[in-house]
This record gives sequence, structure tokens and C-alpha cells, in this order.
Amino acid sequence: MLTKRIIPCLDVRNKKVTKGVKFQGNIDLGDPIEMAVAYSDGGCDELVFYDITASAERRPIDIEMVREVGRVIHIPFSVGGGIETLDDMYRVLLAGAEKVSVNSLAVANPAIIAEGARQFGSQCIVLGMDPVRTDDPRFASGYEITIRGFRERTGLDALEWAKKAEGLGVGEIVVNSVDADGTRDGYELRLTRMISTSVRNPVVASGGAGTPQHLIDVFNEGAADAAIIASMTHTGEYTIKQIKDELVKAGVPIRRKW
Amino acid sequence: MLAIIDYKAGNLTSVKLGLEFIGIECEITDQPARILAAERVIFPGVGAAGAAMQSLRELGLVETIKSVVASGTPFLGICLGTQVIFEFSEEDGGTPCIGLVPGSVKRFAPSDPMCKIPQMGWNAVESAREHLLFEGIEDSSEFYFVHSYYPSPSDDRYTIGQTEYADVRFASAIGRGNLFAVQFHPERSGRIGLRMLENFSRWDGQC
Repeated sequence: MLTKRIIPCLDVRNKKVTKGVKFQGNIDLGDPIEMAVAYSDGGCDELVFYDITASAERRPIDIEMVREVGRVIHIPFSVGGGIETLDDMYRVLLAGAEKVSVNSLAVANPAIIAEGARQFGSQCIVLGMDPVRTDDPRFASGYEITIRGFRERTGLDALEWAKKAEGLGVGEIVVNSVDADGTRDGYELRLTRMISTSVRNPVVASGGAGTPQHLIDVFNEGAADAAIIASMTHTGEYTIKQIKDELVKAGVPIRRKW
Repeated sequence: MLAIIDYKAGNLTSVKLGLEFIGIECEITDQPARILAAERVIFPGVGAAGAAMQSLRELGLVETIKSVVASGTPFLGICLGTQVIFEFSEEDGGTPCIGLVPGSVKRFAPSDPMCKIPQMGWNAVESAREHLLFEGIEDSSEFYFVHSYYPSPSDDRYTIGQTEYADVRFASAIGRGNLFAVQFHPERSGRIGLRMLENFSRWDGQC
């Protein structure tokens, strides 16, 4: 049986892993390479790296870091932040990443999804989306896509955007709830389920993880294929093994040997 | 030297990085002479069967692959590399393939509309028969998969490991003499996957 994936997310800034609440008040948590090895050895199923300041600083992604991660871990990892062109995608994949993640870029230029999928294969193109809850009746799903670290609204309906990306040949969709991000109160289940049951692509839930029960809920009720975690393990409060033990007890299919 | 066949079908870096991590020298090459001279050959790849076969033909590699397998060189197919060694793939409207293993490659057709295609993630490989490439690897260990099509050998005796997805139990590891082929990605399957690559680096091609 295909297992559900647990994916720690490492937000990297100035070569340090950092974590903030709603993109404010970031604190340094450690060295990305050391954390990648510890997570891989500890049983995570995949990793995500975001070079969170690359876009704002208008510089390319830290490719040397990607290369070093590729040398030391041998599970899939994706990289996002600072991807502007097909050439940027190519460099990240060539450095050893399994997948490359686009977010704001895809909103500005949706064709990049189709071009990336054609050139490198759908499986390595990930769409990250940051939907925010809205009462505005123009958004049938009840969620609007934001970009640039939640700072800008786009006028795009979250569900329509997900379906469009599916049509463009995206491999996987990461649904990062703006409202849940950093709260540690649980994933936004309704949003996750709506997207996951509407597209054929694997959907990765992101934002709000605080306890193992939150993961159980997002896999069972949220219909997520994978879940991103950050603070709950970055701070040492839980290990991947502890989370997986709880998921196994709840009957969620999980990789147990590594 | 171990040769990794380069036929412009996806990213080969992870295979090379995995081998280097366990101290195995290798080169990525599209040169038939280098591939024929190699002690062992890995045939990886991601993407679509049609484009892959076209690229293999353009590079003159179809005959190279047939020769290298016929010569007894230990040969490891991974993912798309595994699919195109069959006779035929349903992909791209039907694609005739290299034909080193009798059988075809079929598209997942789940009855459940909620079942995701491609299969992406870790799934168990259950042993169908013993093989040296699984030495030291516990039965039913999970490996990393990414695929929408699956191998279907016409004779069960080639099936080494099996995996369940989308209402089918398919051959995820296939062996025929000095040829071993897997649908999953050992280079992305952590310590267990590296163990398989290490087993391959020591394998003499005998069953």
C-alpha cells in the first residue's frame, strides 16, 4: 500500500534554517545540511527546502547548498524560492533535487508549469500555493491565492488555480494555508480536502501542524497524500518516529523501516 | 567502471550521487563504446516511453543495450529504464520497446476516481523470489516510486518483487539472468536503496 509521506520543511535564510510566524520574527534553528541528514536518518519520507530570501533579494537560489544536500541525503527533496526560469529549474535538478517548486512565478507565468513538465517531466514540477480564506463571493471555493509570502492577493480562486495547474501538467500541489500557517492549531482540513479530491495529483498539506493528531486528521479527513511539518520537529518537541508511531496506531499507512 | 546510460531522459545526478556516497566509481555516458566496455551498467530514466525510445534510437543505444545484456554484463534498469526493456508500452499511444523481457507496460486504471495518478511515494516491495540484489533488505521494505505505468511480464518467473497500487499487484522488481530491473528508485530510497545499489556493485550477474 502506498504510504502517506511526512515532509519536514526547511526554510533557509543566510545558510541557516529559520522559522517564523506568518513571515515575521524569524529565528535561526540550525544548519540545513546537518538538519537534512538528521531528518533523513530519523525517518522522514522527503524534505523541502525554501530559499526564503532569494526572491526578495533578487538573487538565484543557493545552488551550492542544494548540491551539498544531494551529496548527503538519498531520499527525495524539493527546492523552491528564487526560481525564475527553466534554466533555474534545470540547475536545481542537476544539483540533485528530485523536484522543483514554483509559486509566485507560476501565477505570473502559468506556462512555466507546462514548459517545466515537458522538459523535465511532470513528476519534478511542484506547484506551491498560498490560499487565504475569503468571504468575497467572487471566489467560489472560499479561498483566494496570495503570492510573495502572503503579501499580495492575486484575484485567483484556489480551486480554479489547482485545476488549471493540473491541466498544465503539474506533478504535485502543495497547499499551504495562509490562515493556518504558523498557528500550530492544525491543518486547514476543508481546504486540503477540497483541493485533494478535485485533482488527480498528489496533494501535500502545509501550515498548522502542531501535534501528531493534526497529521492523522489531515490524512484521514483532509485526504492529503503528504503533510509538511516544521516547528513541531524543528524545535525537538517531537521526533519523526514519535509522529509515525502515533500515525501507525491510528491506522494510517506509514513507512516504518528506514 | 560502472556506466550510467545517458539518453536525455531525466535527471541522472541522483543515481551518481548515490553511488558516490557508497564509494562506487561511475560515469554518466551516452557513448556505446564506453557502455560496452563497462563492468556494470545502470539504465535509469524518467519521462515518457515514446520520447525515450526515440532518443535511444537517435543515439544508437538500442543495439548497445541489447549487446551489453547479451554479453552477461550485470545490468540494472530503473523506472523508465525498466519499462523500455519490455516489448511494448501502452504509453504515447503504444510504443514498441527494446524487448529484453517478454511482456508489456500498462497504465494504471483504478476503479476509484480518488486514486492518485501517478503513484508518488513510498510503497512496499514484497518478495516473490530470492535475489542477491535484495540481500540484507528486509522483505516488504518500502521504496520510493513515481510512475503512471507499470511493468507486466508475460511470465511470472521473471518477477522478483511485487507491489500493490491502484487495484493491481504488479512486478516492481524483475530479474532475468544478468538483467535486473526495478520500477522504484533505489537511489531515492534512503539506506535500503543504497544497500541495493551496493549489492548491484558486487553482483556478478549470476542468479
